[in-house]
Amino acid sequence: MAVGAFADRGADLELVGIEKRFPGFTAIENLNLTIPAGSFFALLGPSGCGKTTTLRLVAGLEEPTSGRILIGGADVTNQKSFQRPVNTVFQSYALFPHMTVLENVAFGLRRRKIGDPVAKAHEALLLVELDHLAHRKPQQLSGGQQQRVALARAIVNRPALLLLDEPLGALDLKLRRQMQLELKTIQEEVGLTFLHVTHDQEEAMTMADTIAVMNKGRIEQMGEPQQLYELPKTAFVANFLGQSNLFTGPVVSTTSTAIAVDVSGQKIVVPLERAHRISGEVTIGVRPEKLTLHAEEPTYNAGRNTMGPGKVIDVSFSGVSTQYLVAVPGVGTLVVFAQNMAFGPAAHVGAEVWLSWNVEHGFGLDDDPADAPRFEADLDTKTIAQQRRSSLVTELEEA
Amino acid sequence: MKLSLGKWLLPVYSGLALLFLMIPIGYTFVYSFNDSLKSNITWRGFTFDKWLNVCNVQNGAVCQAFGNSLFIGAVATVVATTLGTMIAIAIVRYRFKFRSQTSLLLFLPMATPEVVLGAGLAAQFLSLGVPKDMLTIILAHTMFCISFVVVTVKARVASLDPALEEAGRDLYGSAWQVFARITFPLLLPGILAAALLSFALSFDDFIITNFNSGAVTTFPKYIYISAARGIPAEANVLASAVFILALVVVVTVQVSGAAKARRLAKLT
Amino acid sequence: MAFAAFSTATAPSTDSVARRRSPVALFLLLPGILYLVLFFLTPLVSLLLTSFQTPREFGDIGQYDYAFRWQNYTEVITTYWPHIVRSFSYALAATFFALVISYPLAYFIGVTARKWPLLQSLMLVLVIAPFFISFLLRTLAWKQLFSDESFVVQSLKALSLLGPEAHVTGTAFSVIFGLTYNFIPFMTLPLYTTLERLDVRYLEAGNDLYASPFQVFRKVTIPLSMPGIVAGTLLTFIPAAGDYINASRDFLGGTGTQMMGNVIEANFLVLQNYPSAAALSIILMTVILVIVSIYVKRSGTEELL
Repeated sequence: MAVGAFADRGADLELVGIEKRFPGFTAIENLNLTIPAGSFFALLGPSGCGKTTTLRLVAGLEEPTSGRILIGGADVTNQKSFQRPVNTVFQSYALFPHMTVLENVAFGLRRRKIGDPVAKAHEALLLVELDHLAHRKPQQLSGGQQQRVALARAIVNRPALLLLDEPLGALDLKLRRQMQLELKTIQEEVGLTFLHVTHDQEEAMTMADTIAVMNKGRIEQMGEPQQLYELPKTAFVANFLGQSNLFTGPVVSTTSTAIAVDVSGQKIVVPLERAHRISGEVTIGVRPEKLTLHAEEPTYNAGRNTMGPGKVIDVSFSGVSTQYLVAVPGVGTLVVFAQNMAFGPAAHVGAEVWLSWNVEHGFGLDDDPADAPRFEADLDTKTIAQQRRSSLVTELEEA
Repeated sequence: MKLSLGKWLLPVYSGLALLFLMIPIGYTFVYSFNDSLKSNITWRGFTFDKWLNVCNVQNGAVCQAFGNSLFIGAVATVVATTLGTMIAIAIVRYRFKFRSQTSLLLFLPMATPEVVLGAGLAAQFLSLGVPKDMLTIILAHTMFCISFVVVTVKARVASLDPALEEAGRDLYGSAWQVFARITFPLLLPGILAAALLSFALSFDDFIITNFNSGAVTTFPKYIYISAARGIPAEANVLASAVFILALVVVVTVQVSGAAKARRLAKLT
Repeated sequence: MAFAAFSTATAPSTDSVARRRSPVALFLLLPGILYLVLFFLTPLVSLLLTSFQTPREFGDIGQYDYAFRWQNYTEVITTYWPHIVRSFSYALAATFFALVISYPLAYFIGVTARKWPLLQSLMLVLVIAPFFISFLLRTLAWKQLFSDESFVVQSLKALSLLGPEAHVTGTAFSVIFGLTYNFIPFMTLPLYTTLERLDVRYLEAGNDLYASPFQVFRKVTIPLSMPGIVAGTLLTFIPAAGDYINASRDFLGGTGTQMMGNVIEANFLVLQNYPSAAALSIILMTVILVIVSIYVKRSGTEELL
């Protein structure tokens, strides 16, 4: 990037055949990705999926084992971090503790010898509404304020590409929501390309135009948030992005518009254009909020799939909705989210119920069912506790 | 990102710097095997004699001085560690008046050149008419060791969760029992480190000793006096033996510490 | 001597701990504080008193009376000003060289070697290894290595890097060299402790914000390691200014390299001119305290004390 001048707009980011191996394991294998200029792109995945490594490769903090990185069409693979037109909002913010907020924000401008760094730094601080704290030290600010300074320090440079490394992870829920909206607004205002790395699916869905779900060093699926949610391609996406009820069975008949799958003797129909596989053993699924509970067996309706009878084994109230766990013999445990339209639950533990959903809401996965284990609801507290613990352990190890 | 001084420049430099630090140690060790006569300056051939008959030279003057240093080091260490540990606990755990003055009093001995410490004590002993002997050396060594003990133990006390002591009291421990069974065992690593440091400081001290020793000779003082006419190889033998012993202790502690950390890591 | 004092800089803040008032505190503090008052503070006072003493009329050598003879100070300054200048300039030079030599070493052990903890602890052992062998023997070893007949000096002469009549020992070079060598561990250890805690993410952030590696070093690494630099330079400068082993004629010094420590020793222990030795000691200590307090204030690391 030319010293002394700003990039006038965001630039495309292109990753071509990127591979990154560390001693003992491969963090990323054959990654190809194009992020169009001016978009808000989220890289979503669990810890250890390679998303942070991807970000560090783009920032120039790591070198790829093979492959090329292009920003705005120019190959930057061999450029050092400080030569790239890229800035990062670090997960820990990494605000220099020995400088004031203003000096922090002006740091990059001074290094690039851009005129009037102090005035520009003040402008950036005004944008994040923190100009009144310009002369404080970072340690004297709250977490949310530090986060905004880190953002100002990055965007003041008008980078062609802004990298966000889970920048909201340390904030509490309410502040996080507020910052999500602010970030989105700022991105639209300044028109830069944002690459946001996160493990928080809600955050990714709220903010990003496009999401790439990453798992084990590969991109599982990429698309608009709604598309990813409504039509997941793999079991991993179906479960990482929200929850899903998944069933496995052979395709028993195919018409020009739909396939029918035999799930433990119950015939489930999925529209053809929503099914990634249309013959042999397939995995199909439906989102929990698309299910309707019935106290009696519903009458046959060509537009709806029915399953049951099953037994309610758990009811948990969460304000807006109530979550039911329904055990259906031969199929497994299904999750149902029901809006609380009336007072009191629609069914009690032990009740016999039937479930139905609109055929249009089902989806068929691309996974080979032989590869993916049959889905089990992972909603019991034990699993959640285990996940929390293992994520805590990795966090501690990283620290 | 690492400072790109070149991938090999920094490690090679560091290796050379450490090698530089080792040169006089290696020299001292090698010359402990020199078949020297009176002075140990030119290489006259290899021998184990000096190691096997350390105390034979000059009627055992080297060993006498060495023994004095061990004795002074031991006594000064015990007194300084006791007094320093008490101060460290008080500073971290209790509130008292003249706190900043106390900190200054503890810091100053470390910021005072040894020659001033030595001359000051000597001036005091002189004006009081106290004869200089083993006792004055011990008094002097204890004085400069206390501050270092406080600094070392204080860090350990500060990292000790006060809730552990509260739990001890909650579980019916008397003040003394809580100290003996909880506080002291948890502080022990810090106290031992402080004691080792004190001993090392006392054992190697020359400047303060020189002002306050009178006719008593310590190991460093022996070397200083002999420097003009030549040091016997036996001094190299004793110094090398101390060096090897200290190195073995430190490496053992480091390795066992690393092994413990690895075992802990496996558990989680 | 002060090789543990660096931990003052790194001891965790204890202000958050709720402290109690109790008579136990007095019991714990009193013996040690009393000891320091008796054997540190009052000796300084008696040193001050001695520095104003006047020779006893018709008395023997070494016999003095209490007085207020401030001329002792002007006399020692006029007599020994070269030693005073030498002490502080040699100490300054040794501190500078020790810093330049130690910083890269401490950076390598504390930052680069983080990935290999065993290597890290092994290198630390080597840094403190000189403490395990007598200070005097180490210095004497250099004297032998730099003696006129030694391999080093002979080779330098053969290469004409050194004149045929030149010496290495007894020069300002060898004294500063000895001081530098002896105090490198005092410099390296505090530098290591701050660099070991240096968060490399700050360096990455610097890189990300268009700072070249050199600029990152100057603008981020150096300021963040300032506590270590201050502690290390103090731990080197103070004992180096008062040292008299390296400059002693029997070690690395000569007649033209004597420092304040040498004349204090000679006046006190040989000439029995106690007032002069005391006045020099007071001057040495005062200058050091002034330098230290200005330095600590200017570098903004008051919390070190």
